Amino acid sequence: MSEGSAAAAAAAPAGEPLLRVSGVKTYYGKIVALRGVDMEVHPGEIVTLIGANGAGKSTLMMTICGSPQAREGTITYDGLDITQMPTHEITRMSIAQSPEGRRIFPRMTVMENLQMGASITDMTHFDKDLKRVFELFPILAKRKGQRGGTLSGGEQQMLAIARALMSRPKLLLLDEPSLGLAPLVVKQIFEIIHELNTNEGLTVFLVEQNAYHALKLAHRGYVMVNGLITMSGTGRELLARDDVKAAYLEGGAH
Amino acid sequence: MSDLVSESRLKASFKDSGIAALITLALSFMLIGMRTEISIGGLAVDYRWAAVAITVVVVFAGRMLLNMYVWRPETPRTVTFRTVLLGLSILAALVIFYLVDRFLGAVAGLSPARAIESNDWLWILLLLALAVVAAIVATALLGLAEKRAAPTGPGAAASIKAGLAPLGKWLPLALGLLAVAVPFILIEWLGSRGSRQYLDLAILVLTYIMLGWGLNIVVGLAGLLDLGYVAFYAVGAYSFALLSQYFGLGFWMCLPLAGILAACWGMILGYPVLRLRGDYLAIVTLAFGEIIRVILLNWYDFTGGPDGISGIPRPTLFGIEFDRGDDGFAALFGLQYSSIHRIIFLYYVILAMALVTNFVTMRLRRLPVGRAWEALREDEIACRSLGINTTNTKLSAFATGAMFGGFAGSFFATRQGFISPESFTFIESAVILAIVVLGGLGSQIGVVIAAVVMIGGFEFFRDLQEYRMLVFGLLMVIIMVWKPRGLISTRKPTIGLKRRTGISADMVQEGQG
Repeated sequence: MSEGSAAAAAAAPAGEPLLRVSGVKTYYGKIVALRGVDMEVHPGEIVTLIGANGAGKSTLMMTICGSPQAREGTITYDGLDITQMPTHEITRMSIAQSPEGRRIFPRMTVMENLQMGASITDMTHFDKDLKRVFELFPILAKRKGQRGGTLSGGEQQMLAIARALMSRPKLLLLDEPSLGLAPLVVKQIFEIIHELNTNEGLTVFLVEQNAYHALKLAHRGYVMVNGLITMSGTGRELLARDDVKAAYLEGGAH
Repeated sequence: MSDLVSESRLKASFKDSGIAALITLALSFMLIGMRTEISIGGLAVDYRWAAVAITVVVVFAGRMLLNMYVWRPETPRTVTFRTVLLGLSILAALVIFYLVDRFLGAVAGLSPARAIESNDWLWILLLLALAVVAAIVATALLGLAEKRAAPTGPGAAASIKAGLAPLGKWLPLALGLLAVAVPFILIEWLGSRGSRQYLDLAILVLTYIMLGWGLNIVVGLAGLLDLGYVAFYAVGAYSFALLSQYFGLGFWMCLPLAGILAACWGMILGYPVLRLRGDYLAIVTLAFGEIIRVILLNWYDFTGGPDGISGIPRPTLFGIEFDRGDDGFAALFGLQYSSIHRIIFLYYVILAMALVTNFVTMRLRRLPVGRAWEALREDEIACRSLGINTTNTKLSAFATGAMFGGFAGSFFATRQGFISPESFTFIESAVILAIVVLGGLGSQIGVVIAAVVMIGGFEFFRDLQEYRMLVFGLLMVIIMVWKPRGLISTRKPTIGLKRRTGISADMVQEGQG
């Protein structure tokens, strides 16, 4: 057992995890991207994964969603093995993803984007959910008739999260929500994530470059280097560690 | 108070329009009023004061209307930038008037060739209406651009779009009504013999509109570049031809079957190419189109190969044939037999089929499947992250587009009575795709405009032979430079909102704003 998973087991709360990734290896062709990753996310947690560019953070996120699929190891969600499931079936199991680079639909209006988010539901509580995301992101209510592509970067990120929330997920996967955003907007978005977690008990798995903010927000964190989890612990613990500071917080993200 | 203002404005507008009319009079006195004619013993001057009077009245009335309802200036002044614009638009109107008069008059076989001389008031009124519309549109366009005082960048373009918004609302309806009236207008003017050629052309244009709308589902909505669309057209045509040849089935029976078969082929093509995008997809679809054609060409025993299939039955109206017989259409309805009846019937059949295509597409856009197509065009990865089954979405787009291609093909077969693989070459795919791209991907009305211009223009300029290809090539290049996303590039949201926001496609690249 590697040092990483031992530490994870120590830090993780008791009980059955909502998402468990064990021994996952992912390849792009012959190139190995994940070299046996173990991690878990428990209900009601915010878990963050930090690491340098190319460490495999986004690959892990995508592997959870089944594209690309893990070649070895298993991923279980809510006790169910989802390793070999096609992407659209995984994302129908109350897992919602806000992918890297936001990927909103630029020519569709904000409303249409949100409708797309709810398209896997039976649309019966669309209005209710719409009200909820408009309360979370009042700016979207103002922009509802506007094309997604005309929104600012921060608004697009909010739209991406709102769109993911429209499917009423239990687990929200967020890939670099702070990408290319002003510090103030990042703060705002992280506050909303925190709010969703504390008020509604939403479980969040957050992949971030912005280590300081992410670790401050998260209950627990993992550090990924070269396709392997090398460290894990509570957010505070990781923030306090010298090697984490040296590798990810140098130059002061705060 | 407001009465006073409006009265003074009325006066000023009146004066302003008067000046404009005077200028027009001065200009048109020589330009329109006089004309040299060859007569016995040299040239003679022909006077056409009626035309001058009409022009002046049109300018006066148009100017008045623009002052009162479009520009609404506090104090209309004649000598402004607008004057230049007005002059230009009058010029444009006159040129149009002249050209159309000259061209259509000759086509219509009026005697004397030009309507303005033949005292054919219907013609003159139509031409006038056309010229006035052209002048108003041109002036409104330029005037709006000036009014917003935003001569650079997308601001001016947006304000022009805003100015034309009401036009967009009524244009489809007007076009629809015109389409319904076309056979009667043509026959009224040109007689049943003279109109046949134009009705045939109208049928051809409608066929391409339908094909364009069908392909628009695949290319415009779902964003899957299909270079082999003609294959489904061919499948539809051959399905009907072969079913009628081997099983003696009629058009109406075969129409749905042809659609279903084409849809199946759409899925058969769609399945292996699901993982491909962009250029790779284009190449595979191109190959597929050619495979179908080559099979039709070489499977001699079954399809007749290059000899094609002839004697394809004509469509009937609830079993009534369009022939000379005692139970033919003409006899039953107490009309004198004329071959034009069938042409008119065919016209309405393809019109109905095209409208159904349009209607279905418009409805589908509002349904989850249609929205998924559009989302797929926008971003495939995002679609998958939202739980959309991209496989089924793509297949449904291919199948739906192919189905309409199949319907159109089966209509083509029944209209021609004879089909051969030669009708389904790559150039057909290219033309259909050009219609969709030039019209604006995903725009239904854009397809109509592009089809009318391309197919209609193609036929009208048949005399120019190979030069027309040159001209159309040039036209395409110009449109692609000027409007890279096609003539109509705005996308209408599928859910109504109180405030309409028309944003052109080129402004909404991700990350802007």
